[in-house]
Amino acid sequence: MNDILSPPVSRAGLHEEPTANTVLQEIKATVGTATVENPKMQARNVDVHYGEKQAIFDVSLDIGNNEVVAMIGPSGCGKSTFLRCLNRMNDSIPSCRVSGEMSLDGEDLYGPDLDPVLLRARVGMVFQKPNPFAKSIYDNVAYGPRIHGLAGNRGELDEIVTESLKRAGLFDEVKDRLDAPGTGLSGGQQQRLCIARTIAVSPEVILMDEPCSALDPIATARIEELIDELRQNYAIAIVTHSMQQAARVSQRTAYFHLGKLVEVNDTNSVFTNPQHELTENYITGRFG
Amino acid sequence: MSVESSHTAAPAQPSPATAHVKAGLARRYAAEKRFRLYGIIAIGASLAFLAMLLISIVSKGLPAFSQTFIQLDVPLDIDTLDIDAETAEAVQEGSLPASELRRANYNGAIREALRERFPDVSGRSDRRALYKLVSTGAQYDLARIVMDDPSLLGQRQTLWLPTDDEIGALVKRGADLTQADTLSTRLDDKSIAWAADLDANNEFDVRFNTTFFKNGDSREPELAGIRAALVGSAYTLLITFLLSFPVAVASAIYLEEFAPQNRWTDLVEVNINNLAAVPSIVFGLLGLAVFINFFHLPRSAPVVGGIVLSLMTLPTIIISSRAALKSVPPSIREAARGLGASELQVVFHHVLPLAMPGILTGTIIGLAQALGETAPLLMIGMVAFIVDIPQGITDSATVLPVQVYLWADSPERAFTEKTSAAIMVLLAFLIVMNAVAVMLRKRFERRW
Ligand SMILES: Nc1ncnc2c1ncn2[C@@H]1O[C@H](COP(=O)(O)OP(=O)(O)OP(=O)(O)O)[C@@H](O)[C@H]1O
Ligand SMILES: [Mg+2]
Repeated sequence: MNDILSPPVSRAGLHEEPTANTVLQEIKATVGTATVENPKMQARNVDVHYGEKQAIFDVSLDIGNNEVVAMIGPSGCGKSTFLRCLNRMNDSIPSCRVSGEMSLDGEDLYGPDLDPVLLRARVGMVFQKPNPFAKSIYDNVAYGPRIHGLAGNRGELDEIVTESLKRAGLFDEVKDRLDAPGTGLSGGQQQRLCIARTIAVSPEVILMDEPCSALDPIATARIEELIDELRQNYAIAIVTHSMQQAARVSQRTAYFHLGKLVEVNDTNSVFTNPQHELTENYITGRFG
Repeated sequence: MSVESSHTAAPAQPSPATAHVKAGLARRYAAEKRFRLYGIIAIGASLAFLAMLLISIVSKGLPAFSQTFIQLDVPLDIDTLDIDAETAEAVQEGSLPASELRRANYNGAIREALRERFPDVSGRSDRRALYKLVSTGAQYDLARIVMDDPSLLGQRQTLWLPTDDEIGALVKRGADLTQADTLSTRLDDKSIAWAADLDANNEFDVRFNTTFFKNGDSREPELAGIRAALVGSAYTLLITFLLSFPVAVASAIYLEEFAPQNRWTDLVEVNINNLAAVPSIVFGLLGLAVFINFFHLPRSAPVVGGIVLSLMTLPTIIISSRAALKSVPPSIREAARGLGASELQVVFHHVLPLAMPGILTGTIIGLAQALGETAPLLMIGMVAFIVDIPQGITDSATVLPVQVYLWADSPERAFTEKTSAAIMVLLAFLIVMNAVAVMLRKRFERRW
């Protein structure tokens, strides 16, 4: 914690070494505009606790239709935690408590009427580490449509599977071995398989937690293309450690620091003209 | 400490740290070599003990799988057999069932055959000794032969009939029957002389012992078989498996995947672990008190044995199933949940198939334990002397380890070899069970 908070004095840009308290006091309110005109998902004053420990402090953020929101910030600042709250993946962590308001199309995510199973079919998730099922490539992609009954017959299911694999840029590599185990693919192929699996359910929002951290530049480029293409139909939130990636794929960027949302703005202005000192330090490489 | 100083050393020289590591290398490799050696010695020793055990059991038990037969020229006329002529005729014509011949005096025919073979033997006690050459079970064999083919009535037949166990053992051993004083046997010299005579004329034959696999227990070693115990064990284990596997797997899944973490589940967990450590005889007492005395289930029956043994195997399977479920990577659960699978679908579509090999291993360990268990079964009366092959789970039965225990307790020499043979059958049962488990596991592993 302290090494993030207190960078070496020798570094330029900071006149005095900040203590934990002075930095926290600086993050009083989010700089920039957290809201959009046509929000798909909204978060208002969200606090998240893991047992006694608070991981997210009073975060408000919108994810608009047809846009990619990038979430950046130093390790441990709560990006994954916030992302996982958006489709209630944190429900399975007993110590995790979420307060504040979150909604999808104006519907309260944590309200009594909302079924988490249905929510996750509408808000899909791609994880940091590729995690294909121990099943064939075909069954990996077909699993979601099967449990939700999205395909009427085998032909329709085949259609969904091929289409999803094509959009994830994996089809040509695996079309001859759809029966081979998904776990036998390379890391990058596995990640694209996971993406294909997610889009096979036709979600409305896709959450991606560092989807390219295990991929080479070529596979990364392909996935970035895919994200750009998916944006036409979906709302996307992506966590990334690569500033370049955030700059390339996103329309808006949110910078998190120690569980607080420091700054959120158009990607362009965040990277060219950061409003907050912490954001500037981070994107210029003085942090994290 | 030398690592500390390495920072100040001149960069061109190999740093003191490298030298230090180098100096220690030989010692580290030596330690590793020594450890490997210990490992090999340990494995060698355990293999040697296992081999000793197996060799002693097999060498003792093998003779039980063969049986000595004596060739006799048996007169099957209706006078000797004491059948009235009308019945014989009716059976031969087929107007009466062959079972009408069950009561005939087959023993008399065998004795007559023996008297004809050794015409010189006279006197009551000598005759009685002569009759003892043939097994008391031979009359049942003869009865079966005649009832299978009633047209034999009235003819003379050359038949092979089982011998008595003492003589049989001598012949099986290939002992030199002409040297009576070198044989360690309870037989008197006259019997040995008759046997030597028969042996010289090739009237003994050693064959595979089918009786051992066909019969239940008997007071006569040459008639005693493993079948009743084998069937009893199979029924008992079937009940054990049917009860303990689903219950244990369901409890493991509930505790691991669904139960909230609170004081109650902790208590249940502690109790399951304790249950695994309870001496098995306690389960036997419980079975006696609850299932037999209270619920009035039949005594000595596989159904009660199976219930008692499943109480014993439950904790073993639960504990290993939970370990198997726990070892399924959480990322798989997350992936399924992220796609909108319900908790139940997550478990049954993804977690359970991945945990299945581990669960099966635990099950087989539990069942193997149950297969070898004696103490609790003694308490519920499965130690009874069972001649009949059990026909169902409520018939009186015994199981393999109890049969081993019973035979080990019998004084006759032939029962010693039966004991070892029963142990061999028990081991074979175990191997078959393990093979099935391995096959199932392979199938589950091949699914991806
Ligand atoms: N299951 C959990 N139980 C308790 N604390 C947790 C749990 N998951 C995360 N945390 C804590 O919450 C804080 C935020 O974690 P989170 O995983 O959201 O960080 P992150 O921004 O995604 O980091 P990274 O970039 O390294 O992935 C961290 O301090 C972490 O220790
Ligand atoms: Mg993370």
